[in-house]
Amino acid sequence: MMSLVENHAAILVILAPLLAAPLAMLFGHRGLAFLLSLAASVCSFLLAVYLLLLVQNGAVLSYHIGGWAPPLGIEYRIDAANALVLLIVSALSVVVLPFARTSIESEIAEKHHTLFYACFMLCFTGLMGVTITGDAFNVFVFLEISSLSTYVLVALGAEKDRRALSAAYDYLILGTIGATFFVIGLGLIYMATGTLNMVDLAERLSTMESNRTVRSAFAFIVIGLGLKLAIYPLHRWLPGAYTYAPSAVSAFLAATATKVAIYAVLRFMMSVFSIKFSFEQHTMTFIIFPFALIAMFAASFIAVYQVNIKRMLAYSSIAQIGYMLLGIALFSTTGLSASLVHLFNHAVTKGALFLAVGAIIFRLGTPLAANMAGMGKKMPWTSAAIVIGGLSLIGVPGTVGFVSKWVLLTAALEQGFWPISMAIVLSSLIAVVYVWKFVELLYLAPIDEKNTRANEAKEVPLSMLVPIWVLVLASIWFGFDAEFTVHVANQAADSLFNGGFLKEAIIMGGEGR
Amino acid sequence: MMTPENLILASLALPLLASISCLLFARQQNLRDGLTFIAAVALFAVVITILQTFEAGTAIEASWWNFAPGIELAFKVEPLGLVFALVASSLWIATHVYGIGYMRGNKEKKHARFFACFAFAIFATMGIAFSANLLTLFLFYELLTVSTYPLVAHKETDEAKAGGRTYLGILMGTSIVFLLTAVVWTYVIAGTMDFTPGGILTGKTEAGFLAILLALFAFGIGKAALMPFHRWLPAAMVAPTPVSALLHAVAVVKAGVFSMLKVGVYIFGIDNLAETGASQWLMWLAAFSILAASLIAMQQDNLKRRLAYSTVSQLSYITLGVALASSMGAIGGGLHIVTHAFGKITLFMCAGAIYVATHKTEISQMRGLGRAMPFTFIAFGIGALSIIGLPPLGGSWSKWLLMVGAADAGEQVMIGVLMLSSVLNVAYLVPVFAQGFFEGPNKDKGKSFRENLKEAPLFCVLPPCVTAIGCLVLFFYAGRIEAFLAPILLGGS
Repeated sequence: MMSLVENHAAILVILAPLLAAPLAMLFGHRGLAFLLSLAASVCSFLLAVYLLLLVQNGAVLSYHIGGWAPPLGIEYRIDAANALVLLIVSALSVVVLPFARTSIESEIAEKHHTLFYACFMLCFTGLMGVTITGDAFNVFVFLEISSLSTYVLVALGAEKDRRALSAAYDYLILGTIGATFFVIGLGLIYMATGTLNMVDLAERLSTMESNRTVRSAFAFIVIGLGLKLAIYPLHRWLPGAYTYAPSAVSAFLAATATKVAIYAVLRFMMSVFSIKFSFEQHTMTFIIFPFALIAMFAASFIAVYQVNIKRMLAYSSIAQIGYMLLGIALFSTTGLSASLVHLFNHAVTKGALFLAVGAIIFRLGTPLAANMAGMGKKMPWTSAAIVIGGLSLIGVPGTVGFVSKWVLLTAALEQGFWPISMAIVLSSLIAVVYVWKFVELLYLAPIDEKNTRANEAKEVPLSMLVPIWVLVLASIWFGFDAEFTVHVANQAADSLFNGGFLKEAIIMGGEGR
Repeated sequence: MMTPENLILASLALPLLASISCLLFARQQNLRDGLTFIAAVALFAVVITILQTFEAGTAIEASWWNFAPGIELAFKVEPLGLVFALVASSLWIATHVYGIGYMRGNKEKKHARFFACFAFAIFATMGIAFSANLLTLFLFYELLTVSTYPLVAHKETDEAKAGGRTYLGILMGTSIVFLLTAVVWTYVIAGTMDFTPGGILTGKTEAGFLAILLALFAFGIGKAALMPFHRWLPAAMVAPTPVSALLHAVAVVKAGVFSMLKVGVYIFGIDNLAETGASQWLMWLAAFSILAASLIAMQQDNLKRRLAYSTVSQLSYITLGVALASSMGAIGGGLHIVTHAFGKITLFMCAGAIYVATHKTEISQMRGLGRAMPFTFIAFGIGALSIIGLPPLGGSWSKWLLMVGAADAGEQVMIGVLMLSSVLNVAYLVPVFAQGFFEGPNKDKGKSFRENLKEAPLFCVLPPCVTAIGCLVLFFYAGRIEAFLAPILLGGS
């Protein structure tokens, strides 16, 4: 049994949630569906930890599905980079599910609860699949699995606010355009090379820099995935989707969906297309760099003026994505490492914040900032969590946000880009403004007399507080002791940037190539 | 016998535990305040033990975990930090007693939050004092900013909110924009962030960059209140007086200038600064800050605001000590941390005592008040004279050393600046207590001394008297502190 798990850990990570989804529907009982989903997430999480431990020192694992050797068969290929993302996604799923169990009671009609769990599991499967696979077309398949279920999850928020429907529709249209671009790009490289396995692709593409088909494929793929990850001008779907989705879904998506998309972009840019290609360097310098900077400032400014707290957090996410892209655009191992470590850190921070805000919304029934005045007294634990999460967004030392900023600044200054370092610190000043506006509101503003729900509000049940505080404590823990996260990020960056992903892999389960 | 590591652990853990216990026993006020008092006394005892162990020649270092590969969160005791820790921990006892009297006498609200944040601020201060590298320093520096914000906004009025915003905005803004950049830049240039006698930047970069880096540090350490980033200090005066006394005359502002000193001595290296002349501009800015703040102080009628501007001016003495780039200047700066702490905390506690007894905040209302509150006003007088720098009070020595430092560096103008500043000090501090005794209506003539007495509660009057005596005692012990500080400059060239 143990050896079975060991040999097939790579596929079990995906199978557990994939099987949980239809079963949750079939059982049709929301308690059972919840337990099943949680069990599947915990399984995935443990396996992800196992995989990460295997690859944390630079090893690469390869798993051949059904024993069919690549490039013909589908291969799952794991290095430190995707093991880290697997860990983030599965950990967030484990944390968010117990919260969701309570929070959806007030947000989604009871008859839809099993549907919620099924979609959640599908979305989870999709995200994990995009991350783990070593097959380019497989990425598209899983991307669609996760996207389609996400549209449903966002639309489930319509019970409370009908605008969720139009938000889901926006997301559907833009997401589909993104997926189309992506699949066109895949088609083009398949045409040029005749293969879809990533390692194989990398090998064949390495000599095709001047090939126009390859160049346009690159453009299609980057823009297609860019829509998914909300690179600044392609971010329009994100605020709506995060704002109107049920709280638990917002938290899960904010913490994982864009991260997975960033990972996918990195994988295509760094591993599949060789980084030696000059058009990549130019893409970084002339396209991603400026858009990352614009995102950092513009989205932060917009966040300051939001009256809806979830929307504020959504815009803050777009700004944070800017930081990650900036790290990538620095085009160095340290820069990449900064992005990857921020991937983890931001997932923890934003997850905690969305959950905490979700808890307040659970009590008040509204996401409007003005109604949350004075909640510091009524809901001390939730509010304290928001303060700590906010400090982490600003990047105060002792929180994970600081670690990210530290590594990113080091990366920028290492290359002598000191104006960039100034931009990084200045944009985090804007975070001080929008975070502190909210904190002042929570603690120093009086409760509105007429707002009966606010006057009667009390602390949320433990099933919501525990997930919030698990993430908050994680954001403090990894803020003080970043050795593990930075180490893994360094390994991952090395594997991506220096082609470690493509080297000889350990084949899991013994099937030979 | 405690191991050196445990001593540092204890010095950090005691205030932290006090802070937690304040929240746990939020309702039982006597238990809560008693426990904090015990923690304060125990902390002082621990710091004394550290001093003894250190003087016996034992190296006291501790590091429990790594922040990132190759970067440790580490603590190390060295003379400068030890002196700072001694000042902060000893004055915590006095201020805690005073704080109990003030908060109860003044019927302030939310005592538990107040004392919890207060103790947490002391925790952060201890971390700053014993930090062994820039990262650890920065960590506790920011914790100090965050933990003192609730104290500044304590009253929750609009004025307190606005003050808190200015406070947080300037302190956090400067530290994120300038200080963090400076720290990372130093790390990238030097490959290390450890405080090393003699500095770590010698020969690592050109003089021009060194001056820019120094600017990033000087403005980034906003707690040193160097102009033009001094506005947070007067804004913070909306806080209850114990906060102004310990935090905004001792812990927070001294954490600023202490960091400045530490960066000057252990990161840049005094000799390096002297050779490259990178700190020339800082010297002139500090001089400007000294004089301008004094002039502004003269115009303030609100006593606490006047004291705040006086602090801005006095803090620049210490920045000047660093910028002079002479060994006497640096030691004078170190000594000034101590003497100014005792002097200024006395003044603030007196201002608070006056407020508790009479609810008067403006200097013009205090005419003749000295006859009703003689102890408070005499203590104020002693503190003021120490700040001015008259013997036999502690302040005279630090000013003397700074002048010697200026002479050593060949900056005669700076001697003039220091002397002029003393004159200005006289002009804005002496009238406060002089008019208390010699001006105003004396309608109580003929009554006995005891009938006349309208002092604040004992808890509010005793602490400033004790610290005033401290100013006097310091005059005789300044030599010991100076000798103790001297080794910080060894090991460089």
